[in-house]
Parts: sequence; C-alpha cells; structure tokens
Amino acid sequence: MTLSYTSYASGNVVLDGDEPEIATREREPVAPAPRERPTDPAVALQGVDKHFGERKVLSNFDFTIERGSFVSIVGRSGCGKSTLLRLIAGLEKATGGVVQRNAAAGANALETRIMFQDARLLPWKSVLQNVMLGLPRSSRDDARATLAEVGLSARENDWPTQLSGGQRQRVALARALVHRPDLLLLDEPLGALDALTRIEMHALIERLWREHRFTALLVTHDVQEAVALGERIVLIEEGKISFDAAIALQRPRLRTAEGFAALEEQVLSRVLRHGAQPS
Amino acid sequence: MNAVPFFRRAGVQAAPWLVPILILIAWELAARTGGLSSRVLPEPLAVVKAAWELIQSGDMWANVKVSAWRALTGFAIGGGIGFVLGLGTGLFKPAEIALDSTVQMIRNIPALAMIPLVILWFGIGEEAKLFLVALGVFFPVYTNTYHGIRSVDADLIEMARSYGLSGFALYRDVILPGALPSILVGVRFAFGLMWVMLIVAETISAQSGIGYMTMNAREFLQTDVVVVGILLYALLGKLADMLAKSIERATLRWHPAYQKGAKP
Repeated sequence: MTLSYTSYASGNVVLDGDEPEIATREREPVAPAPRERPTDPAVALQGVDKHFGERKVLSNFDFTIERGSFVSIVGRSGCGKSTLLRLIAGLEKATGGVVQRNAAAGANALETRIMFQDARLLPWKSVLQNVMLGLPRSSRDDARATLAEVGLSARENDWPTQLSGGQRQRVALARALVHRPDLLLLDEPLGALDALTRIEMHALIERLWREHRFTALLVTHDVQEAVALGERIVLIEEGKISFDAAIALQRPRLRTAEGFAALEEQVLSRVLRHGAQPS
Repeated sequence: MNAVPFFRRAGVQAAPWLVPILILIAWELAARTGGLSSRVLPEPLAVVKAAWELIQSGDMWANVKVSAWRALTGFAIGGGIGFVLGLGTGLFKPAEIALDSTVQMIRNIPALAMIPLVILWFGIGEEAKLFLVALGVFFPVYTNTYHGIRSVDADLIEMARSYGLSGFALYRDVILPGALPSILVGVRFAFGLMWVMLIVAETISAQSGIGYMTMNAREFLQTDVVVVGILLYALLGKLADMLAKSIERATLRWHPAYQKGAKP
C-alpha cells in the first residue's frame, strides 16, 4: 500500500525515466488515477469507508468525478460499485471519511437524480404524472417537453403497466431529466432490458447527455455499455479501483469505431483475470 | 349489430341466472304437490305476495331504512377507527409496538362472544347494535390497512424520497395508493361482516329493522315474511358488495387486473 502510494506521488513529480512503470502502476489497486487531476470535481470522496456489519465493502476509498464528465464504473457483482453510487446519492451514509457533493458555481446544492435498475414508476399515476413527480402543476409543459425528448409523447396518458420495459426506463429517464439535474446517477439502468433496446437506450442517453451536459455516473457490469457511454472508465475490484482510464473515442460512439473493440477487450480481460484469482 | 352476437351476449349474461331460476321452479313444484309444507317453506309465489304486501304497507321500506342506517353508521364508526389505527400502526413504529399486539389479541375473541357483555353495557338499545357492527367491521379494516401500508414497495418509497417527496405528499402520492388495494379488500370483508353482526344484533332484540320484522313474523308463524326478511339481507349484502366493487373499479383503474385490453 505504501509502495503504491509513493509511486503515485512520484508519478506527479518525476515522470521522466519512469515510463515503464505506468503499466505496473495501473494493475495495482491504487486510488486516484494518474490522469490529469480534476479541477472542478462535482463529487469527491476522501478516505470513505462503508461497512455493513462485519463486511467491509469500501475501505479508505478516494474518488472524484469531474463536473460535466461521464464516468462509467464496471465491476463484478458485489464489488462495491452499487454501494459507491448509493453513497454518492446520499441513500447510504458512509461509515467513515468524507463524501463531498459540490454545487456548481451560483447554485445551492448539487441536484442529484437517480435512475434505478427497475424503472420504479408509480403504477397508480399516468406516465405524465410520473414524470411530474415532486414538481408543481405548472411544470406540465416542461414534463411534456421532456417526454417528447425520450420519444414518448404519445403515451403520456397511459399507465406504466401498459408500457414495455424499455419504455418504462425512458419514462424514468425523463422523470430524472425534467429536474435538470447536475448529477445523474445510473444504477445499472439497462440491466433488465433486451440487447436491442439497450443499444437504443445507449444512443438516447448519449444524445441527452451531450445536449444537457450534466455530470453522469454509470454503474454497470456490462463492459461494452461502459465503453459506449463513458468518457472515463473505472474498474472496481473488491472495494478498490484497479483500473482508471480515459476513453478518447469519438461521439456518437459506434461499436465499429477503431479502438472500441480493443478497449472493450482490454477492460474485459482485466475483469476476468482478477475474478479468476482465488481471493 | 348482428343478431347472432347479440343473442350470444344475452346468453352469456343470462347463464348465471339459470341455476337460481331452476331452483325456484323446483321449489314451486315441491310446494304445489304438497311435498313441502308451508310451515317449513312457503311457495315462492306466497313469498312474492308477502313482499308485495310489505311494500304496500310501507313496513318494508321503514325497516330496511332502519337496518341500513344501523349498518352504515356502525360501518362508518368501526371502519373509521380501524382505518385511523391501521394508518397509525402502519406508519409509526412506536404506535405499532404499543398497539398492534393488543389489537391482534382482541381480534381473536369471536365478536359474538361479546354479546352478553354488550347487553350489560348498553342494554338493548341502538348503541348495542352499533357497537356490535362497529366491532365486527373494525378488525378487517384495521388489519388490511396496517398490512397494506407495511407492504408498500420500499423501493418506490426510496425513489420518491430521492425525488424530494416527504411528509404528506409522500403519504398521498405513494403510501396510500400503494396500500389501497389491500385496504379495499378489508372494506369488502367488512361489508360482509357488517350484515352478519347486524342480523345477530337485530334478532336478539329490536323494535324495528329487518331482524325485528322476521322475528315478529316467526311469532305468528308467517314463514313467508321470514323468507322475505332473509332475501332482503341477501339483497342488501349483494348491494354492499357491488358498492365495494365499484369503489375498487373507480380507484384502482391503474391496476392491471382492472384494465380492459391493456396493450403491451
């Protein structure tokens, strides 16, 4: 631990002559990435611990999200990625350490909205009423406009039970976006959808992110999804960041783009290799 | 507009009435051939005649009014208390700890076992009848309200809180609608028990009401009037059930079970 920390520190000061070390450094479970340091973090975690009884999910965890960026977190089930998202959302309290949510300049708080794995629509409210949840009646036009953005204007008076799984997630996305969030947390929102719908949703989320420029954090176990959406991909293994890299692919992302498959393969092999080790 | 579907639809609607009509015919035949003494059961026509006389004299309406008033007042009192207490124990942990086990204990006493005590407390006046109806109605409403609130999807509540809903708005938009299907099941049970308790209360002692009418007729061996009274209870019970169903249909329109032609 101490050793890796020094290598991180030295990485900032003396980089020349140390080039070959980068590869080994990446593999070690080092905390913040040796990428350029965030200048305006929307979220910053410092030394965060999260224990559920005896089980330590996160220990001394450092993590920052640059404002306006799209960060993908991948990892196997139970690696702590969902806990991390719930900590950032404020749904869970950290056992120790600091979770900072920094409001943008001129704002009071970092408006945070979550998209869950299941759409969690209120079945007794119409699609439009679901989008307007927590908003005054006067925001009806806003809600209608947002529904139009996700392509569901025609269904505004239907009940959620009358929609398909993908349509329900689109309503959930509209419900989050109508609040104009600064930070959108996506907790495996597409995990329950079929492959075709998922690809459509990737394009939709990507387009809306580029239009609205909110900060986005996506938690997923689907590496392809993480590469398709994120600007930065973070791999969490046993409560630690073991890989953290920027994704410099062009947008809109195409699966056929040069480098897409290679990057996906690189991350995937890392996930698999570490999972295969007996721990 | 086609004739065949019309008859088919009429047939489907008439089918449930077939068995009751056959029973009526068999009953009438048995009475006419003398196989059935009018002391045991009068012929259907006699029952119809008795009902008609009761309607004309105004007795029936007066008694039905009194009985319905007792039933609904008792329901309002017992159901109201049950609903409020169910809300309390469902929403607030301290209330649950303080009250729920006591209520469950009392629930296991058959309500009819309370009759001697009720007569001692209230005599044989109106209060005794209202108390019995309220007591019978209280438990299903309470239990289902409490259970309904407890079984509201915790994920939905978490979602609503993360969207800034709290206090009354959370209760109005999430908790109450989520508990409503269960609460309405309780209401339907309660409607059934409401008549049971009322019949018992009115047969024990009453100076008016359907129970009084039938007990009075028994004194004079008017089997036909007794049967009219029984049928009236059946009719009122059916009306109460239809009322409960229409409330369900009006308030649970969102529920998949109440949607016609739901499209994927």
